Amino acid sequence: MTTETSLGLWGIPLGILAGTLRGSAPFLFVSLGECLTEKSGKINLGLEGTLLMGAMSAYGVSFLTQNTVGEFWAPWLGVLAAGVSGMLLGVIYGWLAQQHRVNDVATGIAMIILGSGLAFFLGKPFIQPQAPQLFTFRWGSWSDIPAVQAALKVSPLFLLGVAIAPLLQWVFRSTRWGLYIRAVGDSPQSARAMGISVFKVRMFSIVVGSFLAGIGGACLSLYYPGVWTERISSGQGLMAVALVIFARWNPVQCLWASLLFGGTQAIGPAFQSVGIDSYYYLFNAAPYILTLLIMVITCSPKRTLVGAPGALGTDE
Amino acid sequence: MVSRLTQGLQGENWRKSLEAIALPGAALLVALMIFGIFCAFAGANPFGVYGSIYRAAFGSWSAWQNTLIRAAPLMLTALCTALPARLGLVIIGNEGALVMGGIAAIATGLSLGTALPSLLVQMAMALAGMAAGGLWIMLAGALRHYRGVNETISSLLLNYIAIALLNHLVDGPMRDREFVTKPSSAELDPTNLLGTLPGSRIHVGLIFGIIICVIAYILIQRTTFGFAARTAGGNIRAARIAGLPVGQLTLATCFLGGSAAGLAGMVEVAAVQKRINESLVSNYGYAGILVAFVSRHNSLATILVSVLLGGILASGGILQRSHDLPDATVLVFQGIVFLCVLFSDSLYGRFSWFR
Repeated sequence: MTTETSLGLWGIPLGILAGTLRGSAPFLFVSLGECLTEKSGKINLGLEGTLLMGAMSAYGVSFLTQNTVGEFWAPWLGVLAAGVSGMLLGVIYGWLAQQHRVNDVATGIAMIILGSGLAFFLGKPFIQPQAPQLFTFRWGSWSDIPAVQAALKVSPLFLLGVAIAPLLQWVFRSTRWGLYIRAVGDSPQSARAMGISVFKVRMFSIVVGSFLAGIGGACLSLYYPGVWTERISSGQGLMAVALVIFARWNPVQCLWASLLFGGTQAIGPAFQSVGIDSYYYLFNAAPYILTLLIMVITCSPKRTLVGAPGALGTDE
Repeated sequence: MVSRLTQGLQGENWRKSLEAIALPGAALLVALMIFGIFCAFAGANPFGVYGSIYRAAFGSWSAWQNTLIRAAPLMLTALCTALPARLGLVIIGNEGALVMGGIAAIATGLSLGTALPSLLVQMAMALAGMAAGGLWIMLAGALRHYRGVNETISSLLLNYIAIALLNHLVDGPMRDREFVTKPSSAELDPTNLLGTLPGSRIHVGLIFGIIICVIAYILIQRTTFGFAARTAGGNIRAARIAGLPVGQLTLATCFLGGSAAGLAGMVEVAAVQKRINESLVSNYGYAGILVAFVSRHNSLATILVSVLLGGILASGGILQRSHDLPDATVLVFQGIVFLCVLFSDSLYGRFSWFR
């Protein structure tokens, strides 16, 4: 607090930068996972549960294995466990949501309940103890100001996410698998005519997407805020659905959108730290209002949103 | 479920109507088995757990009261998804509509105070809540009809906007500085609170819920409006060619659905919470979406499913106290039940015995 006030109004941009770097990593992973899922034509609201399950598994495994593999590797095992637990939930969702007449939105909400239930159930013993955290790159060590040093602690997971975004874009654009996923998402019937198994491609996309979302959970519990509590996700998994639409189903734009969503979440606290707090909550709503406005401006009754997978929201 | 049942009783095949009961029933049994295995792994006796849940939900008059208090808002929020679903719209803005209804209700209640007789104030609060919730969801319907914006996503976004508005109001313009526990509005005058049913703790919100579900059932199944809505939901292009006013139907069903959730917000405020703060966001909205899908958008079945879920919600504490299982066990149970019942939807028509 004292350092931020001594920085004066510079505390605001610094606070926003710090908050963006810290807060956008989970958004990035979940939105890339949701992007992959939605590209194949299903909307997975259950990633909220996946995120919680990932956060819990990462924290739990990091705590339990710290004595066997050491404080450096334990959190990485945690990250892997988060991804795998996400995949398991993804398999349940992917199988159920593809059954005849089973609605994917409803299944997603049931998966939020199951996923958060399992995470709270299994995670109860881990609420108190302190698990080893992932290391961070300290890019602020050139500065003497502690606030700058704290702001420029960058997680390797964030950098991993930044690398995955263009990779996923390349997969969609230039590879056979990307073509399959897009075909299945845009027109399942044509994909079937091409001899592609719609079920298998969707299952693959959903499971890999859930793996990424699980890692998003690991960002929460092993990086920032770096604890395991039952309120840790605060709806970020559901927000990712909005974020993917904001990013028009484009992985690189998911990266920018995650930075924006993470950044707007930091605007409120940053202003609050210098004593301006009257519109705190309305700042937090800014990304949703912006997404809604963009949808209103760019949609038209005659065509769907540019970039939207054709089968999204249909029963096909 | 019930519509299939009535169809069956009207002289079709009785086996077919049995299917509408047998499949969800079997799904519930399978869910109980899976949950039992889960409990056994957690070191508890499954049959002991079933017994405790049953006793805490339906075992005594006191348990029934706890169950019904929780079922009341679910019946209302479920309609927010169930009514637009008849037109083929998937609305998930229930939580936002509930919050907006709660905000409008308390604003009305606080500004009228004791200026009018309490019955009039309560009616004004209910109308304000219904109007606010209805307009909120109608916005999603209008965006869908006029701009082609996906209603599932816009209504999800509207949830977050409503919750942010709630937090803004209770932390700023509507904040009661004397209440320090958490940012909250002022409390309603005690005379304006909704009463309870004679001889119970159950508030009259339960009556609202049941009456409105029955009205919704009649509206959809027995009126020209409902017939038009169901026709348009079956095939929107055919409905347009037949000259049905698809736009008006969209706006009207969204408004009615939203106003039911808005009324749930009013009931929560005027009967349970007495003031508004973040506790108004208590997941009744999201649970309502599931109730709507599990009851297959049939408003009479919604009453039953709400009571069942209310019972599960009411049994939360007992598992902790008697079986040393975490509170979250009930969430796991809920998740398994819903996934199994949703899956059973895909099995209609698969068994030749029922034909």
